Amino acid sequence: MQIPHPLLGLRDASEFVYLGDASLLNRPSVDDPAELGSDATLDAFHEYLHLRHNPAGVHKELWFHEQGDRSWLVVTRDTTTHEILDCALARDVAGASFGAEST
Amino acid sequence: MSNVNRVAGGQIERSRKLSFSFDGKRLTGYSGDTLASALLANGEVLVGRSFKYHRPRGIVSAGVEEPNALVEIGTGPRRDPNVRATVQELHEGLVATSQNRRGSLRHDLMAINDLASPLLAAGFYYKTFMWPKAFWEKVYEPAIRHSAGLGRLSMEPDPDSYDKGFLFADLLIIGAGPAGLAAALAAGRTGARVILCEEDFKTGGRLNAERYSVDDADAAHWAATTTESLRNMSNVRVMTRTSVYGAYDHGVYGALERVTDHVGAVTGCARQVLWRIRATRCVLSAGATERPIAFTNNDRPGIMLAGAVRTYVNRFGVAPGKRVAVFTNNDDGWRTARDLAAASIEITAVIDARDVPPPGDISALQGARLVRAGAVVDTHGRHALKNIQLANGDTIPADCLAVSGGWNPNVHLSCHQRGRPTWREDIASFVPGGVLPTGMSVAGAANGELTLGTALRNGHNAALAALETLPSISLDAAGAPPSAEDESGFVEAYWRVPEKSSAFRLSGAWKRQWVDYQNDVTVKDIKLSVQEGFSAVEHVKRYTTLGMATDQGKTSNVLGLAVLADASGRSIPEIGTTIFRPPWTPVPIAALAGASRGAHFRPTRLTPSHTWATENGATFVEVGNWLRAQWFSQPGETTWRQTVDREVTQTRTAVGVCDVTTLGKIDIQGTDSGVFLDRVYANTFSTLAVGKVRYGIMLREDGFAMDDGTTAHIAQDHYIMTTTTANAVPVFRHLEFCRQCLWPELDVHLVSTTEAWAQYAIAGPRSRELVARIVDDLDVSNEAFPFMGCAETTVCCGLTARLFRISFSGELAYELAVPTRYGDSLMRRLMSEGKSLGVVPYGTEALGVMRIEKGHCTGNELTGQTTAADIGLGRMVSQKKDSIGNALSQRPGLKDPDRPQLVGFKPVDRNAQLRAGAHFIEKGAAVVTANDQGWMSSVAYSPSLGHSIGLGFIRRGQERIGERVRACDPLRGEEHDVEICSAHFVDPDGERLRA
Amino acid sequence: MRYSAWQVIKQGLNGHSGWQAAFRDPEPKTDYDVIIVGGGGHGLATAWYLASVHGITKTAVLEKGWLGSGNIGRNTTIIRSNYLLPDNEPFYELSLQLWEGLEQDINYNAMVSQRGILNLAHSDAQVDAYARRGNAMHLAGAGGQLLDTAGVRKRVPFLNFDDARFPIKGGLWQERAGTVRHDAVAWGYARAADSRGVDVIQNCEVTGIRREGGRVVGVDTSRGQINAPKIAICVAGNSSRVMSMVDQRLPIESHVLQAFVSEGLKPTIPGVVTYGAGHFYISQSDKGGLVYGGDIDGYNSYAQRGNLPTVEDVAEGGLSLMPMIGRAKMLRSWGGIMDMSMDGSPFIDKTDIPGLYFNGGWCYGGFKATPGSGYCYAHLIATDTPHTVATGYRLNRFRTGHPVDERGAGAQPNLH
Repeated sequence: MQIPHPLLGLRDASEFVYLGDASLLNRPSVDDPAELGSDATLDAFHEYLHLRHNPAGVHKELWFHEQGDRSWLVVTRDTTTHEILDCALARDVAGASFGAEST
Repeated sequence: MSNVNRVAGGQIERSRKLSFSFDGKRLTGYSGDTLASALLANGEVLVGRSFKYHRPRGIVSAGVEEPNALVEIGTGPRRDPNVRATVQELHEGLVATSQNRRGSLRHDLMAINDLASPLLAAGFYYKTFMWPKAFWEKVYEPAIRHSAGLGRLSMEPDPDSYDKGFLFADLLIIGAGPAGLAAALAAGRTGARVILCEEDFKTGGRLNAERYSVDDADAAHWAATTTESLRNMSNVRVMTRTSVYGAYDHGVYGALERVTDHVGAVTGCARQVLWRIRATRCVLSAGATERPIAFTNNDRPGIMLAGAVRTYVNRFGVAPGKRVAVFTNNDDGWRTARDLAAASIEITAVIDARDVPPPGDISALQGARLVRAGAVVDTHGRHALKNIQLANGDTIPADCLAVSGGWNPNVHLSCHQRGRPTWREDIASFVPGGVLPTGMSVAGAANGELTLGTALRNGHNAALAALETLPSISLDAAGAPPSAEDESGFVEAYWRVPEKSSAFRLSGAWKRQWVDYQNDVTVKDIKLSVQEGFSAVEHVKRYTTLGMATDQGKTSNVLGLAVLADASGRSIPEIGTTIFRPPWTPVPIAALAGASRGAHFRPTRLTPSHTWATENGATFVEVGNWLRAQWFSQPGETTWRQTVDREVTQTRTAVGVCDVTTLGKIDIQGTDSGVFLDRVYANTFSTLAVGKVRYGIMLREDGFAMDDGTTAHIAQDHYIMTTTTANAVPVFRHLEFCRQCLWPELDVHLVSTTEAWAQYAIAGPRSRELVARIVDDLDVSNEAFPFMGCAETTVCCGLTARLFRISFSGELAYELAVPTRYGDSLMRRLMSEGKSLGVVPYGTEALGVMRIEKGHCTGNELTGQTTAADIGLGRMVSQKKDSIGNALSQRPGLKDPDRPQLVGFKPVDRNAQLRAGAHFIEKGAAVVTANDQGWMSSVAYSPSLGHSIGLGFIRRGQERIGERVRACDPLRGEEHDVEICSAHFVDPDGERLRA
Repeated sequence: MRYSAWQVIKQGLNGHSGWQAAFRDPEPKTDYDVIIVGGGGHGLATAWYLASVHGITKTAVLEKGWLGSGNIGRNTTIIRSNYLLPDNEPFYELSLQLWEGLEQDINYNAMVSQRGILNLAHSDAQVDAYARRGNAMHLAGAGGQLLDTAGVRKRVPFLNFDDARFPIKGGLWQERAGTVRHDAVAWGYARAADSRGVDVIQNCEVTGIRREGGRVVGVDTSRGQINAPKIAICVAGNSSRVMSMVDQRLPIESHVLQAFVSEGLKPTIPGVVTYGAGHFYISQSDKGGLVYGGDIDGYNSYAQRGNLPTVEDVAEGGLSLMPMIGRAKMLRSWGGIMDMSMDGSPFIDKTDIPGLYFNGGWCYGGFKATPGSGYCYAHLIATDTPHTVATGYRLNRFRTGHPVDERGAGAQPNLH
């Protein structure tokens, strides 16, 4: 595979390390430390960390350019064909804007 | 008598005679021969044995599709099994050996299998060998295994070297036959970057094998001159002997170039090169493969594909037989007959399965029996074909039967991304269909364009269409396509000769029609498969092994489908094909590995003191990719234990130095660094004063311990983190994830500086004295530079350095870092300055002993399955802030007080030697899973205590100090009573490290 | 028809005209007691043990393609019970024991070949870890032997002992491990289940799961609606897709694992060998092909095919360990979809929806588990309680904090 790195152009996928579903960007926030162990917090973190959409089709996912510029990328890829539809720097899509489009 | 079957013509170099041997027999051929053409030239018809029935077999084809003529090439460690004689170029001194036989090739003892063949039908082994139970392992299977397989591995390391390379192209053209050459010519003229790959040693494909004309020139000559002009184009790379074996994602192709196989053993250069080609566009012009027709005993030596017969005559100047008959369902058969007649080879018969008049001029075929709507119903001849029998009972003499059942486009590579080919009724074949690999188009015979003029135009146009969409390429210079006539190619589907009704009685049991020659799959097997309910194409393949031989069914697949269609009352397109998968032709594992083998399997990382350590008797140990000094033996020491005990003792009583460069170092800067550290560590760092170091525990998001280490607040907004050696890379990756993906708003920057700094642990009661001798003007007194202090300073008269007062050994200790290029010098200086203090270098083994004595964790304890609480650090997980893993570390299962906890263990019998990996069982309890209380994770002989000690995890361990349990090791047949104790065996209050 | 040597001879003399279909090709009925979704190894084994152990025969096994077209037909055929954790080892040991009696149990020779497995260790820490694991095996009655370098050399003298990048320090040997003819497992279980009246229905794709009053009541398929009060999902490689029909997200990511086979070679490698310092394992089939593989490609995929970096990485590991296989040629490569769970361990559990059962998440270790999985899944379906050796394989274990994390890699599927 070739990953269209937004800064560096097409790079061989073997330069990258894969993490998984890009919803890992949406880490739950815990404003009150007293809530860290609450059921609601544990539910939220459990869903965040463990439950995946795992679609057969378009998938947003995280790749790290470990043998390159160390960028974390959000790659949009079809898991049935491996076709890559989009690639962005994770830091550009992290935060609220990503959360809105990624459920 | 040599070269008895040579005839005039061909493209061999008759001036260059080559000698070779087959099964020890000395033979000669010419440069330009393949092993197969040379064997045929010498009248060697019997070349191999089939897999299952050990039937005598001869050469069937003239290319990579060869199912029969597999031989071993070479001798000693270079012996290459399963080489197709049809693609092996002849070279001086080539040694070829037949395979899969017991005894000689002519008198193979395993041919007895053929007599038993009525019992050995498809799937027979699933139904038997079940009684008595023990016999499968002891009797049946060993016998089956003993007779399995084809060629032999030498069992010695392959002495050749292999290389890898990357290539990039606008257009990759796979196959340099007519379509490929036309495509390359058009593309080359546009200036596009073109790679043309041809698996043969000669470009031209069928142009070399037929008597065609292109652009009014002899076709083979046209191929040669066209190739020459392509080679002269700087933007075109012509690669012969190069098989494109796989089409991978996003325009990546795997290719294997055979660099030296045509000259024999060569040293000093790579035998083969594995290329990874990235091409924006690709034209697949891989040609087509002729298919046989199924009839009784169609597998005898001398029965060949008609196109191959023409190849041997026209290209190699070899007559595959003296009296040749032809059996065809298309016009190619007649072309074969005419070509042979032109070479003055006797044609005994042309049997056309079609009810059509002979196409074209038959004046040259006088004397041959011409049969319309005919069929070959049987053949005779044990080690070589003698005659064939026609449906009307007539017997016709023939030592070679040229069979043409039509052509199958080589769709293989077009299907590597699971595209499914589509059926074309007019040529009775599958052509590429469905979704092709990105950027690929198909041209020529591979696309079902089986006639020459069309293939040339098709190749030309495919190249232009492929390049059309690429920016900055102008098609104006492409010129006109080469021109040639379209010969007639009419084919009428005819798959197999109907069996006589006796076939299902015992008398007919030995009458078989082969579909897959190598694996001995016959029409009967396919029918039986259907009869038993295995009628899906994948079931037939798996039940009968159809198409699973080394040729991957290149000649048998479509024929097999036709038989299956017939047997199951479906059409071929209804049945569909099995899935084509890489590689197109087999690829040596050595080529796939390239240079990454043996000692070069992975890079070796050396520590800055490596040279010094080598000079000083170090024994090294692999730690990940690092080589670290394990211990430094001194003269007179006979065991490693003596050495390690000395290193420990001297460090604990004087001073020791250990290279700890391999620990991961991460430089963290930015105004939010403290906030960042608070979020990635379970404990708090934002409160850490400049000039101080803190031990930190890092969790994974799932709440289990990930890594531990120290982080120093070296300057305002500047921290230096250390990680364990094993986790240096994963931790850095994780921190970048946190920085870029979770909290991009934080002002924090990370750089891995593991390789930038050489770092030494200087430990022991006299370490302060040694450090004082090295530093330029830093006060290292306990008051000025206390435990957990750190500073940027200089040493050895101005050398930039970082000094940390941290201790892994439990002694008064420092870690000193200098730029890596000074690491060697610093080691030497420490040793010379420390000599009078009794300094000793220590390796990883002594490091390990001292950390076990102190109860520190390493990878044996931080297994990824343990929590901070399990290793006694539960209180470090701050409940005042969120941090990675904090929330999920509070799941019930992780907070369960019954979990195994880290404690120390002492043998009740102090002379006993503990073993890591033992499991703890209560006294009197059975040694079974239900009674498993935990396990011993690390053990060492403690020279400080004078006995064996261990660290381990046991249920509720912290509450059970003083209790005795059994450390059971049934794996090694040992068991010791052990006492649970504190993990801090030495200086539990930490007085030494604060001294 | 009972299979035996006598029958083979009789039919051989009779032109094989008397062999019947190994299993029927039935039309789906409208109602069953149990519907098993997925006609792979685990699904078919479940049907067999439901019938043979629990007497439940009104069962339909629904397969969307041809029988055994999933991972049962595309694995590297290894069986073993050499696990570490108490939630794993007894389960795999049960499975291995079922393998040992399989031929007699189902009257089908799946060629269970106990030729042994050797896991190599390349550091002292790895030896320690194997010692811990080997003892866990002994505690569960699975046997095992810890070999030193000399012991390894005696068994497999052709390994690289001379210029290895990572020297061989020893290995964990389990003699009872081995290989099985993978396709035949599916065929054998199908034939056996069929003989008890189970309907094995091919080319029948489930398109929806019907619920009434919160319970499952049946499935919609490409061949119409089929009803049953119990529906057991067993669709390795498609678990997330099927469970999304009932809006369930799973702790699973689907990845591609490639496997490879060489051309046929005369017997070379006696058992199964795994490399401890690279991604490589190998055995030799009864036909002579070297069957080998390594790590998953590492990215989510349903494409059933992989890419070159992994092909090469596996070959590098192989050649480093066994320099004598260099001139063996890779004949064929293929890819399967691995439902990788968050801890590398599977699920055999009830779901939150009454009547709906789930079996999946076998990562790339499902083949060896086939009999055990079928046995325990049948137990769960029949009794609504987990079998004692499968109590760890709960769907909610990540929420409660009881992962079964054999490798200690955490919630990152591609590291397991």
